[in-house]
Amino acid sequence: MYILDLAGVPAGYADRPVLEDIHLRIEPGERIAIVGESGVGKTTLLRLIRERCGMPTAIIPQDLGLVQALSVFHNVYMGQIHNRSTIHNLRTLFWPAGRDVDAVRDVLTPLRLSDETFSAVRRLSGGQQQRTAVARALFNDAPVLIGDEPVSAVDDHQAREVLALAGAQKETVILALHDRELALSFADRVIGLKDGKIALDTLTAGLQPGDLDGLYRS
Amino acid sequence: MRLYRRSPLARTLFSFFTIALVFLAFADVEIATVDPWDEFGRLLRGVVTPDFFATENLITAIVNTLAFAFLGVAFGVGFGFLLALGFHSRIVRTFCVVVRAVHELFWALIFLQMFGLSPLTGILAIGIPYAGIVAKVFAEILEEADGHAVDAAPTGAGRLSTLLFVRLPDVWSHFRTYALYRLECGLRSSAVLGFVGLPTLGFHLETAFHQGQYSEVSALLILFYIIIASQRLWARRQLVPLYLIGAALVLPWSVDISGANIIRFLTIDIVPFPLRDGGGLSGLADWLWLLTSTQALPGSIATIQLTMIALVATGLLSAVLFPFISPQMFGRPTRMLCHLVLVITRSTPEYILAFVFLQLWGPSMLPAIVALALHNGGIIGHLIGRHTETLTLRDDAPRGLNRYAYELLPRVYRSLLALLFYRWEVIMRETAILGILGIATLGFYVDSAFAELRFDRAIFLIALTALLNIAIDVTSRRVRAYLRLRTTLEGR
Repeated sequence: MYILDLAGVPAGYADRPVLEDIHLRIEPGERIAIVGESGVGKTTLLRLIRERCGMPTAIIPQDLGLVQALSVFHNVYMGQIHNRSTIHNLRTLFWPAGRDVDAVRDVLTPLRLSDETFSAVRRLSGGQQQRTAVARALFNDAPVLIGDEPVSAVDDHQAREVLALAGAQKETVILALHDRELALSFADRVIGLKDGKIALDTLTAGLQPGDLDGLYRS
Repeated sequence: MRLYRRSPLARTLFSFFTIALVFLAFADVEIATVDPWDEFGRLLRGVVTPDFFATENLITAIVNTLAFAFLGVAFGVGFGFLLALGFHSRIVRTFCVVVRAVHELFWALIFLQMFGLSPLTGILAIGIPYAGIVAKVFAEILEEADGHAVDAAPTGAGRLSTLLFVRLPDVWSHFRTYALYRLECGLRSSAVLGFVGLPTLGFHLETAFHQGQYSEVSALLILFYIIIASQRLWARRQLVPLYLIGAALVLPWSVDISGANIIRFLTIDIVPFPLRDGGGLSGLADWLWLLTSTQALPGSIATIQLTMIALVATGLLSAVLFPFISPQMFGRPTRMLCHLVLVITRSTPEYILAFVFLQLWGPSMLPAIVALALHNGGIIGHLIGRHTETLTLRDDAPRGLNRYAYELLPRVYRSLLALLFYRWEVIMRETAILGILGIATLGFYVDSAFAELRFDRAIFLIALTALLNIAIDVTSRRVRAYLRLRTTLEGR
């Protein structure tokens, strides 16, 4: 049983293929890190996975996709917006129900954001904004989390915390990460991209950061 | 649980809503005609059966509209440019504020008394207020551009040389773009001048409407839309001299101008009656009191009332309209249809829209509110809708109404409000003018005063509308600064 099963699929744009001949199978419950140089196609691969994934996904895009003028609460609430009636959503914009506020706070607290629940996102620091995007994805009940550099703006200690949290709450987690050490500590499987292809696809057990050097130009 | 610290923005919007609602409660918004839909049906039938060969008036109307627009805008841009160069002087700035606070139609009513139906009336009616607007915008452009290049010019370079070699080259294209935009406004102004008797589109429109010739009405308007929509095709630099000479040739210059008339108007007619009549200061006080209590005050209240209702209605309508042309919300067919609707509402001057609705619904504030909201909401809706084309939403962003409420509106409402408050003064100017159609705003009393040849009262009331416009302009700027509303969508 796979949630994703790709055999020889290209990815990219109509006029500019970024990746070719992708063979990839993903099982439920996997923790996958995608690594490789910037511009190699990690984002493209994530988009392909999301499009072809057989299960609902929650995403953390690289640009976060937050609505700056709305509060942290509202941005996180959007993770569940598809499960509520439109009337309820419109009401929530102006007058949130206590139940929803509590539910969102439960997600925000371990991310150390509960003090900022009703701050406008535009007033937050880069790291706080990134954690807001993580919170939105965690609040979403989709079993698969797809994140594009979801911890690039927080410090190392917090990054590990955030990833642990994501791993505990989502059945399957697929993340693009540039920090090799972090990738190996978090994931149980690593996919390395190079020259438009999957150059490495292996379990992380026993792997050292140096083992990934081949993916990068010296 | 107190979830929100009430933001200044929320409080301000709440006040505006409350004010508009209170005003609306006291406003006459009845449909007075017996069978409005019957008339509307006949109008619609006219719209779908335009008759381009009803009369040769059609061509005359269009040609005259173009001619007045060309010459008026040329005068406004030329004079405005000169004023912009002297904009550091307080006298010049005050002059600009005053001339642009008076609406083109009021200028036309004034110049009609001086020059009669001479083309000069139409050209100056457009040119004078436009000069004030153009001067301000050109001065701002120059100010933004001035910088290192001016510093780098050799010391001792003459002011004219610096102007020609350093300051102008950089801003010339901005000037041209803005002049082109002014020409579009000029076409609308010129069309509306017909309603006070000049031989432009409005004149023929009014006649055709009163005769129930709706096919002719629709032909006139369709031609007008085509001219505005195709402006980029025919408005070419090389052709400008040709247009100006052509415009000067087609206008009927043979109308006599009596110098004695002009002098009499300026030195006697507009002087408050008691001063002419030896009524003295007590007479003047009586005159002022009577004029204020019976006309100026009720007229001002109605003007402010209609302005506030129309402002809030415009804001709401803009928020409803923009998603219909946004690629984030609707597919191409819906968007194209809505683009067409918006082109029509924003190309039709408020005055003409109000005139049409007034014929359908009878005299009340309703036609004016709908006209102002449609025209201005069309403009803001268009700008905001186009702006949403530049937004990228995340791949799993919600759809439908949720997308509108959570993703789009929060991203654009500040720009929308900036544009709305920016148009506040425009709405006020137009509101006053709509009085000429019979709604009891200041324009109504101005028009009556002209009709009764009481020019002293007319000038007093026009000065009052100018003061109100200036007050709104200042208030709007304060509100925008207080709420930190800025827009890059439409600087002017």
